[in-house]
Amino acid sequence: MAVVFEKPKALTDAVLHYCPGCTHGIIHRLVAEAIDELGIGGRTIGVASVGCSVMTYNYFNCDMVQAAHGRAPAVATGVKRSDSNNIVFTYQGDGDLAAIGTAETVHSAARGENITIIFVNNAIYGMTGGQMAPTTLPGQVTQTSPYGRDVEKVGYPLKVCEMLSQVDGATYLERVAVNNVKNIKVAKAAIKKAFQNQVEGKGFSLVEVLSTCPTNWGMTPENAIHWLEENMMPYYPLGVYKDKTAK
Amino acid sequence: MSEKVLMKGNEALAEAAIMAGCKHYLGYPITPQTEIAAYMSKRLPKIDGGVFLQAESEVAAVNMLIGVASTGKRAMTSSSSPGISLKSEGISYLAGCDLPALIVNVQRGGPGLGGIQPSQSDYFQATRGLGHGDFHLMVLAPASVQEMVDLVFKGFDLAEKYRVPAMILSDGTMGQMMEPVSLDAGVINNYDKSWALTGTKGERKPNIVNSLYLKPEELEVKNMERFERYAQIEKNEVMYEEYKMDDAEICIVAFGVAARVSQNAIDIARQQGIKVGMIRPITLWPFPKDALYEAAKKVKAFISVELNMGQMVEDIQLATKCTREVLLCNRVGGMIPTTENVLDKINEAVKLGGVK
Repeated sequence: MAVVFEKPKALTDAVLHYCPGCTHGIIHRLVAEAIDELGIGGRTIGVASVGCSVMTYNYFNCDMVQAAHGRAPAVATGVKRSDSNNIVFTYQGDGDLAAIGTAETVHSAARGENITIIFVNNAIYGMTGGQMAPTTLPGQVTQTSPYGRDVEKVGYPLKVCEMLSQVDGATYLERVAVNNVKNIKVAKAAIKKAFQNQVEGKGFSLVEVLSTCPTNWGMTPENAIHWLEENMMPYYPLGVYKDKTAK
Repeated sequence: MSEKVLMKGNEALAEAAIMAGCKHYLGYPITPQTEIAAYMSKRLPKIDGGVFLQAESEVAAVNMLIGVASTGKRAMTSSSSPGISLKSEGISYLAGCDLPALIVNVQRGGPGLGGIQPSQSDYFQATRGLGHGDFHLMVLAPASVQEMVDLVFKGFDLAEKYRVPAMILSDGTMGQMMEPVSLDAGVINNYDKSWALTGTKGERKPNIVNSLYLKPEELEVKNMERFERYAQIEKNEVMYEEYKMDDAEICIVAFGVAARVSQNAIDIARQQGIKVGMIRPITLWPFPKDALYEAAKKVKAFISVELNMGQMVEDIQLATKCTREVLLCNRVGGMIPTTENVLDKINEAVKLGGVK
């Protein structure tokens, strides 16, 4: 019988701990498919972050190291500089990458580290139960912005792709979403390109993936998708923000 | 033994690291250790596979160190006191991930930004808990430029043997002074590194370097196992040197630059007929507890000579179970005890009675 659909080899058999309706599962699969299709699983080393994705070391079927909060790009730098043949990726959320790890993110881009960063932006701290993130939208209610994010008092969200597009060392920056099949296909292509760039030694690639958090947003998975489309996508426009590899 | 060359402590230490097979140095500039970074930036790019990286922060530097260490290669970072505080997060992760690596602290006065002159005020930080959680570092304290070299080999070796981070706890004096030194290659043992992240090559199950254990019964087992290794270190790896202890009635305990000053004072006091000697800890953790306990049976008093407000004093009291008076001879803030300071304290110990 012909196999028409199977689990990527780059994923383990471990049961994901993510909440129902969370889009981490889709993004994990896209990363794993990219690794399989490029045939790099045997030399890939992943760096897990802190947050909901902390236990990715159980899910990706490759060597993994778990980094402190925000430090994944620095750890990835060490792994990559140890042996340039290693294919090194980080998988980080918005609290990790855009708040406590801002310096590591910006400077790994500035150095043009030949690594791949998968940046999952769901506008909230998920693992700790839904606090305000650097990416929480103006007016958005969270556990630590119970009256809505007041930009007069706590400032504005960080737009990571826009910010890094000004960093000369960055090679490829794209923002995608996993809200529908069409966008998931675009996301897959972007993630694969971000790995392909590294294989070809082209430098720093970051793919920002707009993602949902039904549990902490207090919505059904379906409503969370609609909320992402109506609120996040206008504030965080999808698209390629930088591509030094484009002809 | 190779011909001796005149070298600055920081540079001798850096060269020793390269000779010990360390091809990755991750650092950040801070006085008085910057010569290590500068030396590495000159040497490592000329070596096959050598990597020098100036990180954007002390925090990033220690995390880059974690990255290299997780691949099983020898790597080093260095800093001075305020920078070591910043690295403490990463040092806790090194311990929690059971990663070998070498961290150098060329101490300066504190707290806060403190000063840039020599100090030993990070003794508690290094020996008690450099970061959150239950863990120890191997802490090695050089008292000469030669030991800045020798203890680098020792530090890497012990770190790999026991899978623990090791620290060279030096100070501004050792880092900045020049002495003749033999750059003889030490032994490089091949320890098992099947845990290292090298890519599965499709031939083995993934290796995971991790310090997270959400099940308390698993985390307890990890901690217990780690402390069994610490017990082996305490049993097997204590290093110290005795100086004129055979007939001593007063025992000075000092490490690093304080031991150098104390040795001069001992020689002068001996000429005056005072029976004083010294136990110089070379490993501060593990501390030479047994040696001090035995010494307490013979001597009347101890003097702790330190460049801090009296930190090692507590370890001496613990080791000797408070059976003998422990006097403190100290200068702080970047000041170094003089020979006279130590002689005054020796005379104070003589007056305690019981000392001939």
